[in-house]
Amino acid sequence: MHSTLSLAATALLAGCLFLLGSGPAEGALPKTTTADHGKFEELQREFASGPEVTKACLSCHTEAAKQVHRTKHWTWEFINTENNQKLGKKNVINNFCISIPQNTPFCTTCHVGYGWKDNSFDFSSQENVDCLVCHDTTGTYKKIPGTGGMAFGKDLELPPGSGRIVKGVDLGMVAREVGKTSRDTCGSCHFFGGGGDGVKHGDLDSSMAAPDTDLDVHMDAIGLDFTCGTCHATSSHDVPGSRYTPTAKDEGGAHMRGKQAEGGNPATCVACHDTTPHKTGDHAERLNHHADKLACQTCHIPEFARGGVPTKMVWDWSTAGERDAEGKQVVRKDEKGKITYESRKGDFINATNVKPEYRWFNGEITYTLVDDKIDPTHQPIGINRINGSASDGKSLIWPMKIMRGKQPYDAENMNLVMPHTAGDDDYGYWKNLNWANAIESGMQESGMPFSGKYDFVSTEMYWPINHMVAPKDKALACNECHAKEGRLAGIDGIYLFAQDNNRWVDTIGWTLALLTLLGVIGHGLIRIIASKKS
Amino acid sequence: MTERIYIFKRFERFWHWSQAALIIFLMVTALDLHGTMTIFGFADAVLYHRAAAWTLVGLWVFAIFWHLTTGEWRQYVPTTTNLIAMIRYYLFGIFKNAPHPHRQTQLQKHNPLQRLAYLFILAVVSPLIWTTGWLLLFYASLGDWGLGWLTLEWIAVGHTIGAFLMLLFLIAHLYLITAGATPTSHLKAMITGWEEGH
Repeated sequence: MHSTLSLAATALLAGCLFLLGSGPAEGALPKTTTADHGKFEELQREFASGPEVTKACLSCHTEAAKQVHRTKHWTWEFINTENNQKLGKKNVINNFCISIPQNTPFCTTCHVGYGWKDNSFDFSSQENVDCLVCHDTTGTYKKIPGTGGMAFGKDLELPPGSGRIVKGVDLGMVAREVGKTSRDTCGSCHFFGGGGDGVKHGDLDSSMAAPDTDLDVHMDAIGLDFTCGTCHATSSHDVPGSRYTPTAKDEGGAHMRGKQAEGGNPATCVACHDTTPHKTGDHAERLNHHADKLACQTCHIPEFARGGVPTKMVWDWSTAGERDAEGKQVVRKDEKGKITYESRKGDFINATNVKPEYRWFNGEITYTLVDDKIDPTHQPIGINRINGSASDGKSLIWPMKIMRGKQPYDAENMNLVMPHTAGDDDYGYWKNLNWANAIESGMQESGMPFSGKYDFVSTEMYWPINHMVAPKDKALACNECHAKEGRLAGIDGIYLFAQDNNRWVDTIGWTLALLTLLGVIGHGLIRIIASKKS
Repeated sequence: MTERIYIFKRFERFWHWSQAALIIFLMVTALDLHGTMTIFGFADAVLYHRAAAWTLVGLWVFAIFWHLTTGEWRQYVPTTTNLIAMIRYYLFGIFKNAPHPHRQTQLQKHNPLQRLAYLFILAVVSPLIWTTGWLLLFYASLGDWGLGWLTLEWIAVGHTIGAFLMLLFLIAHLYLITAGATPTSHLKAMITGWEEGH
């Protein structure tokens, strides 16, 4: 439904552009930029590979690559200064594809660089920065899996001798058409996290490329038409809005010009809407007061995965490994064609229109890293453990996607493991279906010990929900929470009218009311009988 | 010819009936707010409950003024005269068609049990509901008033206890309408002001 609408919206947009007689190629639309890259001499040529384009970019944008080098888009590393954990994609474990290091050439298809295949990658190289993946406006740009995210100007046989041809990209054309980042460029990775459309986030998937107003009131392609960068207002290539140290409760108020310099997060709701956003309506004051305890997202994102693209809710690696009678790998799909089982991955549960779960959250997140001991007697293991409470003064009640699953751990050393999954070799699990080998090889890559004994442990991972903001008339109605067994059932530290009541008061109250009623009825009956007798 | 006396003046009757309507409406909307059943839905019930509460506040401003200026507040001063007799009447006499022990006059509209009941409502139940109700209306400001230590739960529980007490009163009150000289004489008096005699 939504995807149909999105398509319709895109078509409509395209139609409008056509009517204006201004296909992007003709460049007839008045450009807001003062530099038309299509006229740059440096770009009037063909390019064989991504790094060649970057060299051309750097000839004018002398500082750009150095800026990118400082960001976690480049380093895939992030030090959480609150607890000194070493995070970033390079280091964390999740309960989707589990981990990066031993699968690097495939995972780095989404690295903002070229050629990161293994530990020998040169992180100081400027020409290895990928400008186009974020600044492409043509939608034709592609990075090739297994190559460390390379882009090629010509068709290529990959791997060599395989007979599989990878189409080249007209890199010169892409370079001449560069522009600002867009929902499409950010989405080319962030919509597909976890290995497929919508898999990971739940609130980010391809339906958000051109959402309608119901799916996201800000990004609505024929409405406000926000890009990601409208909120994640970026300076010096460092995109704000961290998932490792999120802003759970923004008390800073709306941002004035210059405020970003003070370090505020421009991507929060409050950064634009201030802390008392409800201005009109009978409930305005009361709703503003609700914001003392509730994140905006709690009411304004009633469900995630609303665009028709299912998100993965459960991934059970423990059932992987099945082979059919001929020894081949098995794939099972549901009636909608979505995969529910794969020999190389295990069982999945996908869902659309998912009601979030709710938790107190103060922005503090602790990850379980590969060298952390786990206690399998207390499952599920928190892949990331969120902190927060009703009383710490820093928390709000947040909507969460809680990703659940089972994944391998070292049953003797008691730690999560990083198995080698992708790749055409003798160890990768996806090809060989042998856990011991896959784990051994993966752990070796990270320089970690593996006892040889493995088992599976239940895990859960918290994903605070931020996107797919519904228009205000589609926000949660009062009775979604103010009801018996409402959405916030089980959240401690709050008293919710219509959900909570004192059981003693209710029992005694209703009993007395009933007794009084019976009393007066009895009294009345006796009066009637007595009057008939007399 | 039965004796008729003019008991309830025009304002008193207006006060009684509008107050009755408001209190019953508050109780009905309270069912939504308490999660007992869905009638208006929570969002509307909040608005209705709040509007009715403020209307009742307005009505009470007039009623208090009226009671003070007319001296009618004395009707609620408790007395033990005839108290036992009233209890005996409700327990026994009423079944035997015995005469009503209380003789209504303009100076003593209420029988001693009524006086006690109304005083209880005025002095205990109403203040409980009003105070907790106001605390709920201004819950957002309690911190600024130095009342931040009051938890929402305790305020709400107090309000609920008040509501139940009012419900008990309402049940008994509705029944006792029929306990006049004739089953309808009290009702007529509250409508016309004139009580049919004894």
